[in-house]
Amino acid sequence: MTIHWNSFSEFLAMGGYGVYVWGSFGVNALIMIVEPIMAVQRRKSLVARLKRQSRAADRNKES
Amino acid sequence: MNNRLINWFKYASPQSFYPLAGKMIPWFAALAVVFGVAGLWLGMVVAPTDFQQGEGYRIIFIHVPASWMSMFIYLVMAFWAALGLAYNTRLSGMMAQALAPTGALMAFLSLWTGALWGKPMWGTWWVWDARLTSELILLFLYIGFIALQASIDDPRRADKAGAVLALVGVVNIPIIYFSVKWWNTLHQGSSVSLTKSPSMAMLMLWSMLLMALCFWMYSIAVALYRARSIMLERERGTEWVKEVLAAEGEGVAK
Repeated sequence: MTIHWNSFSEFLAMGGYGVYVWGSFGVNALIMIVEPIMAVQRRKSLVARLKRQSRAADRNKES
Repeated sequence: MNNRLINWFKYASPQSFYPLAGKMIPWFAALAVVFGVAGLWLGMVVAPTDFQQGEGYRIIFIHVPASWMSMFIYLVMAFWAALGLAYNTRLSGMMAQALAPTGALMAFLSLWTGALWGKPMWGTWWVWDARLTSELILLFLYIGFIALQASIDDPRRADKAGAVLALVGVVNIPIIYFSVKWWNTLHQGSSVSLTKSPSMAMLMLWSMLLMALCFWMYSIAVALYRARSIMLERERGTEWVKEVLAAEGEGVAK
C-alpha cells in the first residue's frame, strides 16, 4: 500500500500522459456531478409545478 | 404460492416502489462514494506503472467500468421494456425511461475515454473498428430511445414504441461484447473474462473492480432518483402523489 508517486507534480504529469488521463477523469467527474444536479433540479421544478397544478384544481372545485 | 405472487407484485406498483426507492437511494449513493474513493486510491495512487503503457493505462479504471455499464444498463432497459410489453405494467416504462439517460452518458464516457486512450497508444482518436463502431451505435440507440419517447405525447404509447426500439437494439449488445473475437480489431481483447484468469496484475484488477462497483452504485442511485420523478409526473392526480406532495411541503420527503 505504498504511494507510487514521489511528488504531486509527478502525479499530475502522469508520466507524460497527463492530458489524456486527466481529460478522461475530468470529463467523467464532470458528468457524475452534473447528472445528479440536473436530476435534483428537475425534481424540484416538477414538485413545484405539480403543487401549483393541484392548488389550481382545488380552487376550480371550490368556485 | 398465492402469497409469494402477491409479495412479488407488491413493489411493481409505483406507489409502493416510490418510498422503497427513496429509502435505497442514499445507501447506493454512499456506497458509490466509498467504492469510488477506494478504487481511485488504489488505481491512481498505489498501483504501479504498466510496463507497456506507462501511466496512460490508468484510463482503464474508468473506461472499462463505463463500457460495462453502458452495455448492462441497456440490457436492464430492454428487460423492463420486454416486461412492459408482456404484462403492461406501469412501472416498466418508467424504469426504462429512467435508465436511458444514464446509459447514454455511460456510452458517451466509454467513447470519450476510449478516444483519449487511443490517441497516445494507437496514434488515433478514432477508427471505424468493430468494437468502436458498435459502441457508437449503442450511444445512438440510447439517443434514439430518448428522442422517440419524447416525441410521443401519450406516455403509454411512448413506452410501447420505446420498448420495441429497445428490444430490436438489444442485438447490438452481443455484437459489442464479442466484436473483439469475431473480427480482427484494433481494440484489444478483454482483460477480464469469466472463463480464464484475468490478464491483469491483482492490484490493478482490484482497482478496476472497485471502480466498476462505484459505477454500478452511481447508476442505480441516479436512475432510481430519476424514476421517482417520473412516477410523480405520470401518476399526478392520484391520491398517493397528493400525499407525497403534501409531505414535501412540510419538509419530510418520502
